[in-house]
Amino acid sequence: MRTIQLLFFFLFSIVCWSQYSIDGTITDENGLPLKGAHVHIASKITSTLPNGAFLLEKIPAGKQRLYISFIGYQPIDAIFIVNQSLTLNYQLKLDITKLNEVALTQLKKTNSASVIEEQITAKTIEQYSNQTLGDALKEVAGVSILKTGSTIVKPVINGLHSSRIPIINNNVRLEDQQWGTEHAPNFDVNSAGKITVIKGASALQYGGDAIGGLVLIESEMVKKDTLFGKTIANFSSNGRGGSISSSIHKGNRLGWSWNIIGTLKYLGDRETPDYILSNTGNREQNFSGSTQYNAENYSIGGMYSFYNAQIGILQAAHIGNVTDLYNAITNQEPFVVEPFNYRINSPKQEVQHHLAKLNFKKWLSDDAVLDLQYAFQFNNRLEYDVRRNSENKKASLDLQLTTHTLLVDYKKTFDHWQLKAGANLGYQNNFANPQTGVRPLIPSYQKIDLGTYAIGTYNIDNSMVLEGGLRYDFSSIEATKYYLKSRWEERGYDNEFSNFIVGEEGNQWLTKPKFDYHNLTGNLGFRKQFHHELEWFSNMSLASRNPNPSELFSDGLHHSTGQVELGDLRLQREQSFKFSNTLKKEWKKTNLSFTPFINRIANFIYLQPIGFETTIRGAFPVWEFKQTEALLTGIDVNFNWNLSSSFSYQSNFAYVNGENLTENQPLIDMPPVTWNQKLVYSNPKWYDFTASLQSELVFRQTRFPDYNFETNIVVNNELEPVTVDISSSPAGYHLLHLYGEMTFNLGKNNKITTALFIQNVTNTAYRDYLNRQRFYADEMGRNIQLQIKYNF
Amino acid sequence: MKTNLKFLALFLSSTLALTSCSNDDSAVNEEEVITTVRVTLEDASGNTIVLQSQDLDGDGPNAPILTPIGGGILSANTTYTGNIEFLNELESPAEDITIEVEEEGDEHQVFYQLTSTLGTVTYTDTDVNGRPIGITFTLTTGSASGTGNLTVTLRHEPNKTASGVASGDITNAGGSTDAEVSFPIQVNVI
Repeated sequence: MRTIQLLFFFLFSIVCWSQYSIDGTITDENGLPLKGAHVHIASKITSTLPNGAFLLEKIPAGKQRLYISFIGYQPIDAIFIVNQSLTLNYQLKLDITKLNEVALTQLKKTNSASVIEEQITAKTIEQYSNQTLGDALKEVAGVSILKTGSTIVKPVINGLHSSRIPIINNNVRLEDQQWGTEHAPNFDVNSAGKITVIKGASALQYGGDAIGGLVLIESEMVKKDTLFGKTIANFSSNGRGGSISSSIHKGNRLGWSWNIIGTLKYLGDRETPDYILSNTGNREQNFSGSTQYNAENYSIGGMYSFYNAQIGILQAAHIGNVTDLYNAITNQEPFVVEPFNYRINSPKQEVQHHLAKLNFKKWLSDDAVLDLQYAFQFNNRLEYDVRRNSENKKASLDLQLTTHTLLVDYKKTFDHWQLKAGANLGYQNNFANPQTGVRPLIPSYQKIDLGTYAIGTYNIDNSMVLEGGLRYDFSSIEATKYYLKSRWEERGYDNEFSNFIVGEEGNQWLTKPKFDYHNLTGNLGFRKQFHHELEWFSNMSLASRNPNPSELFSDGLHHSTGQVELGDLRLQREQSFKFSNTLKKEWKKTNLSFTPFINRIANFIYLQPIGFETTIRGAFPVWEFKQTEALLTGIDVNFNWNLSSSFSYQSNFAYVNGENLTENQPLIDMPPVTWNQKLVYSNPKWYDFTASLQSELVFRQTRFPDYNFETNIVVNNELEPVTVDISSSPAGYHLLHLYGEMTFNLGKNNKITTALFIQNVTNTAYRDYLNRQRFYADEMGRNIQLQIKYNF
Repeated sequence: MKTNLKFLALFLSSTLALTSCSNDDSAVNEEEVITTVRVTLEDASGNTIVLQSQDLDGDGPNAPILTPIGGGILSANTTYTGNIEFLNELESPAEDITIEVEEEGDEHQVFYQLTSTLGTVTYTDTDVNGRPIGITFTLTTGSASGTGNLTVTLRHEPNKTASGVASGDITNAGGSTDAEVSFPIQVNVI
């Protein structure tokens, strides 16, 4: 009976809680590796390799017993709490009759010691296999999503998004034109093995500009001798299509290991409860592969990934001028609704992203490691608008972004502390193809980046870790851009920036604006554990972000939003000071964490309407990139409760308050209060049956600035002034999602999992404040997704 | 693996070569812009009135220039034969976009909204489906004098079968606006 209970508890904890892996190295008093030492954690047993290394996977969270022994040496017997993946390095003492003190170092396998990291496990990633990275990230408290329609999804961390959230894919910072709100991360969610969210700029090794936070993606890398694969097929009722993704992993502790992943997606028009969202289909064809050679004290790896997507933009969101915008907002219904279709017409996006990298890792000694990495990225973004002449199939925007980066990282562990230091060198070239026949919003430019950092982590004792880091970045950008002379004058650039003019063509100046930035950033924090059940993380970080090309150089009509967007060459870098704390308390069956934060941002860059410009197409609202003093405060609360051996409950609550201090009013586009709850039932006896009911409650955003404007539109053949309400937030909403899965074992290592995922069960019609297309149409209605996963 | 590495090196160097030679600093030849909308009205005796809106900086900050400055002066109780021209004068020679609108007549329609006391506008042309395009029309002024506006709107992909659209009512037309100009109009009783 006891064993059954234990089994239940064990299985249950696998289902409801994340599992972690623990690795480390066992050495003798002289630091030499011990081969064949016995390591026992929870129910897992292994022995160390010739280099003293061990790895135990699938360790359930919670209090676990650790036992390490080797003949002739003193065994280690300890109880510790597993709440994340750990690296445990132990030095065993010779077993002489007297009891000797055991040298024990416990280093967290984390990117930042003083900020709590939120992880999305492979299981959640699989659930969103048919959707996007942003949809999966929404599972984390404090992460919301910014959407353009249903398929372009960007993560928002504690109220901030786009250039403020670098996405790091296998140690390579994605350079995929994240400046635009309608530019989603060019990444196939299926190629992620694990996703980590860091809410802040504390992980300095990845850059000093993560004012909003970081998303770290790691692909699955297997450290033991094995070969396995998996295929996931999805079918979605909404969009009437699906996806298939297959991967094969070959792992070897030493020697070659590799993996390949391929994904195909094909979906047609999405639908709301009441109508079809015409032209919202999307396709993806993705591939990635990596290989690594592991030797005793070095490893060499290579990786290539290709993301290829075609995304339809809601036809009704293509508007001409402010009259069209006013009509859309007033009618609350899209002006074009056609029967369901798989076809993708203009407006649409076609995006390709290539990423190739080579890396070399060398263990200089047992406690020092050197990493070298070169990465190449090429991103091509084609945006197609509805052209006046439909015979003209050319893209309206064709940006080709090439990025080379070189990284050197060094890590050394001393008795009580660890040092990480490194440098990076980057070259980026953007080419805005002039053959489109449309003035590009983003000009051609070249950019050079140089950075260096050092991070120290000091273990005062087993319950307290101190962390501090410093980083310096140099960046130089030179653009090549044609400005209309009228625009150049209207912006008042003629006095200040006349030195940038290098040529003249008709009514345009050819300019080469060049800017240099020197940024110093840093962070300081600690983690303190009280009696193993209460943990306190505290971190202060200073981050700096340079204005991106869109903020500096935009000038002209943004066709996809129907507004004139004006950059400003005078923009200064943005600087943020974030102070965040996490208190995490664990009880026997529950745990609770609070993460309040305060983020003071100087020179916060945002888009604000400043008036009108009249063209022959009518009047357009003009939005200008402005800078202000901003203050973001908020709290994320996470609560988990194991009700019984088969029921568990999870709750995530997030609140952000954004204030424009200069103008004394709320900041635009701040996520409303959200509260997500999940009740999970699992019964391992019924083929590992798991079911969950999720409640997603989004309140109305009551804090928004009033940027409404007046315009004249023709009513009954007469010009009449009207107010265009672009500011008001839509009503709050409540959605229910249902998920269930069962696993059937087909013999050794072969199993099939079938899952049913129903999103928006009640088919509720709603609009979201953070959707750029909320003026034109409702969000997606009910979606029934059937998933079949085959592990082999 | 050796071949893999070679391949990768080859791939990397080729992409480098490809991307490094594509820098082209030439200015964009703006194809999508309409700079000029010109409405010509002719009465039975051959007197013409030309209403023009011209915006030579396209989407730039300068507003379009309307001519004649005071607006068009029409005679009461008169039927004018009208036509409209759309030009892109940023190209040299100027591109006549009217031809394009006419060719794709089933995807375009010009709407004329005239202050109702001043007169009415009637279409005189049709597309392949027998529905109006609005490149040619007649404008019949009323009997009273007065002032108001003639708003000309070129819609792309309107719903040409929607109620009222064929008779020139823009309310249900939908589509996106390629041009929209309001000309001040004065009707005088002679």
